[in-house]
Amino acid sequence: MGINGLASSNGVSNDNEEQKMSARTLYDKLWDAHLVQQRDDGSALIYIDRHIIHEVTSPQAFEGLRLAGRKPWRVDSILATPDHNVPTSALERASGVQGIQDPVSLIQVQTLDDNCDEFGIVEYKINDHRQGIVHVIGPESGASLPGMTIVCGDSHTATNGALGALAHGIGTSEVEHVMATQCLVAKKMKNMLVKVEGVLGEGVTSKDVILAIIGKIGTAGGTGYAIEFGGQVFRDMSMEGRMTVCNMAIEAGARAGMVAVDQTTIDYVKGRPYAPKGEDWDKAVEAWRDLVSDEGADFDKVIELHADDILPQVSWGTSPEMVVPVHASVPDPDQESDPVKREGMKRALDYMGLKAGQPMTAINLDRVFIGSCTNSRIEDIRAAAAVAKGRKVASSIKQAMVVPGSGQVKAQAEKEGLHLILLEAGFEWREPGCSMCLAMNADKLGAGEHCASTSNRNFEGRQGYGGRTHLVSPAMAAAAAIAGHFVDVRELTATAA
Amino acid sequence: MKAFTQHTGIAAPMDRANVDTDMIIPKQFLKSIKRTGFGKNLFDELRYLDEGQPDQECTGRPLNPEFPLNFARYKGASVLLTRKNFGCGSSREHAPWALEDFGFRSVIAPSFAEIFYNNCFKNGILPITLSEEVVEQLFQEMYAHEGYALAIDLEAQTVTTPGGDVFAFDIDEFRKHCLLNGLDDIGLTLEHADAIKAYETRRRKKAPWLFDAVRG
Repeated sequence: MGINGLASSNGVSNDNEEQKMSARTLYDKLWDAHLVQQRDDGSALIYIDRHIIHEVTSPQAFEGLRLAGRKPWRVDSILATPDHNVPTSALERASGVQGIQDPVSLIQVQTLDDNCDEFGIVEYKINDHRQGIVHVIGPESGASLPGMTIVCGDSHTATNGALGALAHGIGTSEVEHVMATQCLVAKKMKNMLVKVEGVLGEGVTSKDVILAIIGKIGTAGGTGYAIEFGGQVFRDMSMEGRMTVCNMAIEAGARAGMVAVDQTTIDYVKGRPYAPKGEDWDKAVEAWRDLVSDEGADFDKVIELHADDILPQVSWGTSPEMVVPVHASVPDPDQESDPVKREGMKRALDYMGLKAGQPMTAINLDRVFIGSCTNSRIEDIRAAAAVAKGRKVASSIKQAMVVPGSGQVKAQAEKEGLHLILLEAGFEWREPGCSMCLAMNADKLGAGEHCASTSNRNFEGRQGYGGRTHLVSPAMAAAAAIAGHFVDVRELTATAA
Repeated sequence: MKAFTQHTGIAAPMDRANVDTDMIIPKQFLKSIKRTGFGKNLFDELRYLDEGQPDQECTGRPLNPEFPLNFARYKGASVLLTRKNFGCGSSREHAPWALEDFGFRSVIAPSFAEIFYNNCFKNGILPITLSEEVVEQLFQEMYAHEGYALAIDLEAQTVTTPGGDVFAFDIDEFRKHCLLNGLDDIGLTLEHADAIKAYETRRRKKAPWLFDAVRG
């Protein structure tokens, strides 16, 4: 099926076949533009425009370069920042790297600094006002641009695909490979179109859209594909919303997710520190206008959802596909016919301490986390603050934290006074970093604790040993903090504050 | 990189679908700046009854008696048998590092997450995709026979059971070539440095902004 849902292969004439051959998807175009060498065995050498690195997946790559006596091919294509290990309390951050209390984390952040200094790589260090989560600072600084190939040793690199770029995560050996050669050995993925038409209802956000998509296709549904998100819902979405969607392409199994370039993209990029300027800007915009799938371009798979069917989502289990609308109940494994899946559901219920048939709104929460590369941008903070305004975090909640994605997001939120609204309501306002999304720093769940989290993974132990994660949107997380349990944000905001 | 040609080893079960990389190697161990030493923390949260800490000696930790890798019959296992979508989640190469360090040379599953699959090849581990039916058969045979060992031949692209069943698997030619010969793919790519430079020259003319330097 083509992008407009037209049949393209059955009973078409030769003319149409020719047209189909020349009509390319956005992914096809990005691939073609970066092809250095196509090999007979099906593999290819792909050029990488931007390489973003952080402290967790780079030290062994630098060590590899040193051992082989190699230097980065294009050192000025790399941007580094520490994000996974950094503390988010202002007190611990005050004395920079040396102030990190966890000695193992300190060594890792220090190692990134040392490696960047040694190789001459630009790094936004721990207390630089531009520091932040890799996938937030890329687009925000303009280091990530439409039409680029962007990699990082982190699976949520797909976030950058929102710009109309080909962006995906790589392993540490590939981090070393890209540093040494500016290329990746890759095989072309298949094309998938996920199309959502219509207009999202009040209180339904980009996070609910991507969770609903993952709930539909499963965590392996996109394996082997590059996903393009198309349709009115994505056209109407802000860049921040598109980033949330592309961010979680990997939770649907796809390494890369992307959205075609439109005026929203171009307006977002304009004026960013690394965005092209002057004559280059005009040339770039002209080139970027072509970063859309051609009419009649062929997708190997098309998935369609309608905005009317998407409600605020909450995950109940230990895989992002284990998700239901907030008014639903915890599913019953005995209704599942696939034995492997049924066992997985039973194990998930056991780990989560839930019972089949229990209403999602009856799950009492211990902590709330608003942040992560999925939902820590200014729009997310605004959404949380809008719900929090004039309300109070429930006394049963041990901790409700808001962790901005970058120093820039933090500064903008403070300029708008959002931090005051959140603090007044009883939320903590933290320094930027990955924080409780994966709990590599001090921000973590205790065993058995339930958390409403705007992050991307609800795996066992992800947010802390024995911790129980429920994935939600920022508005739903804020509403849950106020209520002490899950609640439809639309019902909460319908009542006067 | 370690080459992989043929390998025969005891199979051990990780009998669940969607085994994620957080499960393979929990995040606290990613703080290491080394490539080695992750084996003792492979499947840490399932294998031990307490919460593991980085740099901790593991010999005195309480083992989970219900976790198969702790069973005497799977001691020395080098082939991991598991269910679909193995290795989903993060891009951490620490996952194959942990498997390799523990002693696994091959993982057999009906499907794999892509980044994990790719990372295996960089570390001398052969991920093998077989149909769900075949994997189910291997599980049943493994559970029924202690010491159940599988013979893997990468050149021939086959897995042979002790009973003599031979199952063929698919693999990319380039990956097979690199793994068979233990090749360093950075070295291979650098043989094409001229092609990379020629690409840069072409591209720079069309899209010069892509080559603007990241400045401090």
